[in-house]
Amino acid sequence: MDGQQDFVMRTRGLRKTYVMGKTKVHALQGVDFTVHRGEMIAIVGASGSGKSTLMNIIGCLDYPTGGTYQLDGVQVESMGRNKLADIRNQKIGFVFQGFNLLARTSALENVELPLLYDRSGRKMKIRDKAREALERVGLGDRTNHEPNELSGGQQQRVAIARALVSSPAILLADEPTGNLDSQTSVEVMALFQELHRQGMTILVVTHEKDVAQCAERIIELRDGRIIRNELVRDRRDAALDPVPANPVLQQPAGRA
Amino acid sequence: MKSSTLIKVASQSILKNKMRTLLTMLGIVIGVGAVIVMVAIGQGAQSQIQDQINNLGTNMIVITPGSSNQGGVNRGAQSYNRLTAKDAEKIKRESLVVSAVSPVVFSRTQVIGGQGNWRTTINGVSTDYQIIRNWDLKYGRFFDQAEQRQMRRIAVLGHTVWENLYPGQDPVGQSVQIRNVPVVIVGVLEKKGQTANGTDQDDVIFAPYTTVQTRLSGWSRIFQILASTPSTRDIPEAQAELTAIMREAHGLSRWEEDDFTVRNQNDLAEAAQGTTQIMTWLLAAIASISLLVGGIGIMNIMLVSVTERTREIGIRMAIGARGRDVLTQFLVESIVMSVLGGMIGVGIGFISSNVLGQVTGWNTVVSPTTIMIALGFSAAVGIFFGFYPARKASSLNPIDALRYE
Ligand SMILES: Nc1ncnc2c1ncn2[C@@H]1O[C@H](COP(=O)(O)OP(=O)(O)O)[C@@H](O)[C@H]1O
Ligand SMILES: [Mg+2]
Repeated sequence: MDGQQDFVMRTRGLRKTYVMGKTKVHALQGVDFTVHRGEMIAIVGASGSGKSTLMNIIGCLDYPTGGTYQLDGVQVESMGRNKLADIRNQKIGFVFQGFNLLARTSALENVELPLLYDRSGRKMKIRDKAREALERVGLGDRTNHEPNELSGGQQQRVAIARALVSSPAILLADEPTGNLDSQTSVEVMALFQELHRQGMTILVVTHEKDVAQCAERIIELRDGRIIRNELVRDRRDAALDPVPANPVLQQPAGRA
Repeated sequence: MKSSTLIKVASQSILKNKMRTLLTMLGIVIGVGAVIVMVAIGQGAQSQIQDQINNLGTNMIVITPGSSNQGGVNRGAQSYNRLTAKDAEKIKRESLVVSAVSPVVFSRTQVIGGQGNWRTTINGVSTDYQIIRNWDLKYGRFFDQAEQRQMRRIAVLGHTVWENLYPGQDPVGQSVQIRNVPVVIVGVLEKKGQTANGTDQDDVIFAPYTTVQTRLSGWSRIFQILASTPSTRDIPEAQAELTAIMREAHGLSRWEEDDFTVRNQNDLAEAAQGTTQIMTWLLAAIASISLLVGGIGIMNIMLVSVTERTREIGIRMAIGARGRDVLTQFLVESIVMSVLGGMIGVGIGFISSNVLGQVTGWNTVVSPTTIMIALGFSAAVGIFFGFYPARKASSLNPIDALRYE
């Protein structure tokens, strides 16, 4: 089932145990799965099933207790703090449920932030790239707004722009619509689909059934184990599917 | 992260939290301001004393009776130990280095004349005295060699005596009664002010020592001999020469110790400076405590802000900031704040010392050295007290920082 070189990330026997005093919580108990380049996967499961724990480990925000994890050709689980920071900076775009934008900081400055910490030495015009990313999420006219001057949906789109700006290998989103009303949720999910159509690899944790329908593959977790890993439609079909009209979306600046 | 970006990030953060920044800086502002004012007072006092010492005269050497090695200068009661007018005359004759010499005979008495009577000091001196003390005249003249030789009954009034006996008028030619002897006034001196220990130098009448010794007090005791050299460089040589002349004058054999003490102006100055130096250090130490408290204030606010900003740190780490980036950001922030606070403190300290000087009439001096030290110190405070919170922030795990409520 797995293509040899075609995957962006792959985990083997991923485990995470939280130790709280005498009790141990086994949040992940051996998770194996592979994400192919250009895939859009929905991760579902009851509350407490380990979805966030898994996302945090994949996003290199947390360490696994055991197992291996390979991302974009590099072995991650044995890396030190600085290397992990670089991975987060270069290869991962993380979208949080609570947006996590810097307060009193304009949309543009928020989006610039990952580029300020860029250590790859690649030459770029930070301001232009940030503006471009904001245009990509349809906020080209809100660059100078601060988070408290934006709606929830707009804030989440700024966060998505920030995740995109460094052209990561994978976009991770942990319940990105959890704080949004249903109308805005649809818009944000449509944005993910559009990005997916442009070739972005996306992993999204979500509760809502119909939102999960947007993905090609659904992975369901229960008690820290994958109980379902199901292709819901063919990848090529999904890519060809007409996307619900979304006027705020600009045309692709697609990635290689 | 490039240093320009770093400064940008830190200054953004400082500007975005104006209240926090202000409160943090306040401690440093007050601390540095206090140090500046305190040191200004101390150094002002020092320079005032220096002025007073210089005011004594130029390149002055003082000979007093009694050996400096015997812990006391009060052996003047013994006759062999006295200074005499002859000593001064011998120096005047023989010294090659010294340009002016004057004995000082001293007595207190009542003076009658002009507006009434006044109790003051009569100083018998030679004509050189005016040169040694570098003392200008307000009216008339100082007495000359001939008058001195002839033991004329003439006098020059100090400013305070003049103010009390002849306020606002030129008394030259009039006479005062000193111990029932009429003495003609030939001049009035300009105001010289107080000495370092607070005695009024202008409350005095000068007359030729010859006159004082023979016609006024009948004393022949010389209180001290003053001498001066043309330049400061000559002082050490002059001291050696005077010692030799004095030993010869007193007929001391090689085994006998000096029965007099020769000191220069710097010796006097050092003694006086010593106490004010201590005072300056003491004031600076007290003020430093407030700077230290200011530093602890910075640390406190930095610590609070680290907790308050744990989420921000989490966000920065989640998008790729290394621990070091966070550490330097916080460190730069605290240094910028403390140096900025230091600069404002210097400004406030400068203004307050001037105002204080105006109001109290104290002499206050803000020297560039003080400013540099105060600024350096506040930067050090920033580094020292910023480091711990910065360290704490940078060692957090991204997920722990993000989860922080
Ligand atoms: N920091 C933590 N410390 C201890 N237990 C935790 C921590 N984070 C999550 N857990 C536990 O791990 C399990 C999985 O949590 P989580 O991954 O947040 O689930 P989900 O995102 O699917 O709701 C839950 O039982 C939760 O209580
Ligand atoms: Mg969760």
